[in-house]
Amino acid sequence: MSSALRPTPHDPDERGHWGPWGGRFMPEALIAALDELAAEYDKARLDPEFVGEFQRLLRDYAGRPSLLTEAPRFAEHAGGARVLLKREDLNHTGSHKINNVLGQALLTKRMGKKRVIAETGAGQHGVATATACALMGLECVVYMGEVDTRRQALNVARMRLLGAEVIPVSTGSRTLKDAINEALRDWVTNVDTTHYLLGTAAGAHPFPLIVRDFHRVIGVEARAQVLERVGRLPDAVVACVGGGSNAIGIFHGFLDDPSVRLVGCEPGGEGVGSGRHGATLTAGTPGVLHGARSYLLQDEDGQTTEAHSISAGLDYPGVGPEHSWLKDQGRAEYRPVTDAEAMAAFRLLSRTEGIIPAIESSHALAGALELGRELGEGAVVLVNLSGRGDKDVDTAAAWFGLSENNTDNTDNADDAGASAAGRGSNERGEA
Amino acid sequence: MSRLDQLFEATRAEGRAALVGYLPAGFPTVEGSRRVLSAMLDAGCDLVEVGVPYSDPVMDGPTIQAAAEGALRNGFRLRDLFSVVETVASAGGHAVVMTYWNPVFRYGVDAFARDLASAGGLGLITPDLIPDEAEDWLAASTEHGLDRIFLVAPSSTEERIAMTAAASSGFLYAASTMGVTGARDAVSNAAPELVARVRAHTDLPVGVGLGVRSGAQAAEVAGFADAVIVGSAFVSQVARDPGDGGEAAVRALAAELAEGVRRRVAATG
Repeated sequence: MSSALRPTPHDPDERGHWGPWGGRFMPEALIAALDELAAEYDKARLDPEFVGEFQRLLRDYAGRPSLLTEAPRFAEHAGGARVLLKREDLNHTGSHKINNVLGQALLTKRMGKKRVIAETGAGQHGVATATACALMGLECVVYMGEVDTRRQALNVARMRLLGAEVIPVSTGSRTLKDAINEALRDWVTNVDTTHYLLGTAAGAHPFPLIVRDFHRVIGVEARAQVLERVGRLPDAVVACVGGGSNAIGIFHGFLDDPSVRLVGCEPGGEGVGSGRHGATLTAGTPGVLHGARSYLLQDEDGQTTEAHSISAGLDYPGVGPEHSWLKDQGRAEYRPVTDAEAMAAFRLLSRTEGIIPAIESSHALAGALELGRELGEGAVVLVNLSGRGDKDVDTAAAWFGLSENNTDNTDNADDAGASAAGRGSNERGEA
Repeated sequence: MSRLDQLFEATRAEGRAALVGYLPAGFPTVEGSRRVLSAMLDAGCDLVEVGVPYSDPVMDGPTIQAAAEGALRNGFRLRDLFSVVETVASAGGHAVVMTYWNPVFRYGVDAFARDLASAGGLGLITPDLIPDEAEDWLAASTEHGLDRIFLVAPSSTEERIAMTAAASSGFLYAASTMGVTGARDAVSNAAPELVARVRAHTDLPVGVGLGVRSGAQAAEVAGFADAVIVGSAFVSQVARDPGDGGEAAVRALAAELAEGVRRRVAATG
């Protein structure tokens, strides 16, 4: 078990490059802090005491290993495939995000820093960070786009209850990208005392490596659980991709299993053709954002264009550099899932399995339905259910028209399944 | 010898620091930025930094962020940058471009260098490009005869200062405080110390930026640096008086600062 963070053949080069991707496109003022973090992590990942403490927290605090749940009633809509859910939604704080924040908070203490800043989109990473900071006695400031503070008001309250300061960001598109900009401005000003606890496997080296490694546990557990349950490897592993942290965590367990297809589901928003989406790997071009070279949604002058998604956690115009590498290598494939497809899968899982998924994870569920139908009878599809949907209840109620003034006209699960098959787009109920 | 080398040779011969003023191209409008940059040069700036408005300016404080957003809202395009530089250069002014890296990367590093050189620009200041990642820019700048101005910071190690200085030409940009751009009441104590550390590694001129807004501060910085770089204070003048594009206020500020860089004050740091 102490091998959890050990170097892999899939690590980037010393300066954080996977082929042409990654690296450090950052102000010189932050290079010393990035070097310090990289050096500390290089030591920590091989230090049995550090790894042991990380694993103890994952077990005794986060609740790992997370369960593997088969979803047979949901799978009835997936072309006869078996669907297995990796239940990251059952972790403490309700998503995979806790894995990374516990690891980075331990690193923060190891570096002797007392203050942590973070960005958040849906609020899941912010809540997880506030939680880890409360646990370890660290000061915590979370930057969150003003648009997101409105659509995720519950998580804002949770962060404040945990003792974090939440700062709404009103520049730019007022979403995740701008929250990262503001966190970087804070970091360059306060870098001596402050660790920037980045929440996704993106940004400048060593962040994509560190965040990935703290999430590798997802894939390691899932691979063993599927082998035990099914007696063989899955045919496909599906995860949602915004910045890409939960996806890279589960993919890593299967990178060396060439028979396993790795499928990332990007936020297709209103459809890639509409221009209103966040499908960076599907429709982006090479660029530099937030410190790394990766695929990016941008115009021909290199100005970042706005991402659009019903999911605040996937609403990001960039993506982690290792995903760009896996795409180019052909090792992973990426496809867009629209808002409507994701919401149909959200409802289907809720009604067939009694599990309300995060809207982010619902993109992966929609992808699994599609893949199951492609792969056919007897195929095994593993889905990373990266988070729970409690935070999304308002958004979902508005989407389905479930508020007091509306009547729900889609009462049975079969309808929900039909809409998951691609006819969900006409079901939007505006509140 | 590059034209920036000649510029600094001249100011050193006069026993003074150079005054460098920053304004984003396209702010308040493309035409407005031509006029304001010309006014800055006319009223005493030795060199202008023409900024590229960018959607995600992580090193900038509220003043320059707002200016960049305004320029983009008004429809600024990268081709306008080259035309603004051309206006300045064809009137005999010295201009370098300051830009975040992605617009250059997206345009094509060699194509950007080619078009900047043919517009008469002298070089590029790259706040989020470190020499470690700059292989294609090192080649393109050499090919097209442009100076490359990298940044050093108070947190830079001696090794990184030496490496950055070796990769730079024209001058070296010392970010005097840890933080984003914006006028401050006091120039950081870290600035003279950083400049002294830089001088142990290179004879390149050293410019100091981040925070200067008055003649007195300019004189203080001129006491230890080869160039005094003023950005947010100029942008504020334009933002405050968009009526005449802030030209009168910009001229007054440039004159005050130009007087400051000729009145060196012994460093207090």
